[in-house]
Amino acid sequence: MNKVVQNAQEAIFDIQDGMTLMLGGFGLCGIPENLIEALVNKGLKNLTCISNNAGVDDFGIGLMLQGKQVKKMISSYVGENAEFERQLLSGELEVELIPQGTLATRCMAAGYGMPAVFTPAGVGTEVAHGKETRVFNGKTYLMEHAFDSDFALVKAWKGDTQGNLIFRATARNFNPLMAMAGKITIVEVEELLPAGELDPDQIHTPGIYVHRIFQGLNYEKRIEQRTVKPRQD
Amino acid sequence: MLNKEQIAQRIAHELRNGMYVNLGIGIPTLVANYVPEGMTIVLQSENGLLGMGPFPFDGEEDPDLINAGKQTITTIPGSVFFDSAMSFGMIRAGKVDLTVLGAMEVADNGDIANWKIPGKMVKGMGGAMDLVASAKNIIVAMQHCSRDGKSKLLSSCSLPITGLACVKKVVSDLGVFDIDHRGFVLLERAPGISVETIVNATEGRLHVPDQVPEMTF
Repeated sequence: MNKVVQNAQEAIFDIQDGMTLMLGGFGLCGIPENLIEALVNKGLKNLTCISNNAGVDDFGIGLMLQGKQVKKMISSYVGENAEFERQLLSGELEVELIPQGTLATRCMAAGYGMPAVFTPAGVGTEVAHGKETRVFNGKTYLMEHAFDSDFALVKAWKGDTQGNLIFRATARNFNPLMAMAGKITIVEVEELLPAGELDPDQIHTPGIYVHRIFQGLNYEKRIEQRTVKPRQD
Repeated sequence: MLNKEQIAQRIAHELRNGMYVNLGIGIPTLVANYVPEGMTIVLQSENGLLGMGPFPFDGEEDPDLINAGKQTITTIPGSVFFDSAMSFGMIRAGKVDLTVLGAMEVADNGDIANWKIPGKMVKGMGGAMDLVASAKNIIVAMQHCSRDGKSKLLSSCSLPITGLACVKKVVSDLGVFDIDHRGFVLLERAPGISVETIVNATEGRLHVPDQVPEMTF
């Protein structure tokens, strides 16, 4: 079994206009840089993107917004992006803001084969509008549905030819959840290894969830808020 | 009036040894600078880290290692990474002992609004709705009044709600307040601030006990 494709362009050959995509990452940390670049180059339109954030003006999903490729964003936080705000206020872009834990859990539910989950997040807020509620042990919960997405685009640290994945530090975030949730999951990795090179005890995402994997190139890994302390002499 | 650092310093008095704590963006982040000597707390960052360390030295930043405010950070001995579902799983399951976050408005029944100003700010709620819906103990760090002098401690929130009846304690630049069936209960005054000033700055129900000490640091 070999799930390896040559590059991002080959990996996204069957993604079409109007599809729903999940994109891993938190801010710019752990985003699938190669796949986003390929989506921009291919010029796909009317995409619905499920991702915690929307990148910054000139990096990450922000690049897709510049090209007006996104019809709808489903995110928890979309600050740090002026073009995003412009398109939102002008009505060009539709946005559904949902709690971050709800976003994560709706991915998880899809990957675990559960149609819906109950969460207290958003009860009594505008997030609850139109949603079914249930009371368990005296506390009210919202029913939230598993995401239904055509593709999940994921960035891992290491992966093998069978699609087994290991993530690094906080670049893990939504990536393993989205990897489980895509109808088709495409993964780019910093280091692609032959099957057998990864310790089975250390693998975060079993390859059964992964359909295509490739060696990513030229990672920029841009830092959004570089924050340091001075060295003491 | 307390400045931001002093608000953070006062909130740090609420920390107890061994607590798991989630600190929100802004003033709450500063609380980490005032953990009392000899006390161990574990900071949870909802993007997937328990055991958040200080900012890195210049030149040692790791783009794969950030906090929920997207700032570069470090790990400490005992740190652990996990995915976003587990992160909110531990929050939802009540494993995090204390949540400190900012607010635009708090109501005297514990409602909080901090994620949206219709027509003006559309950044989103991030993890705030998950945190306030599940945390056992929520402390809000906030300015008591807006820049134009309007109270932000209200009888009911005017902005879109983040969570209902969840805030247990407020530390503002004017004082420290519990929230219970009596509304805001004034526990301590900021140095030099009179009870009368606080009464006038609080639109929501305010209970003033006979003795209201000035806070000490």
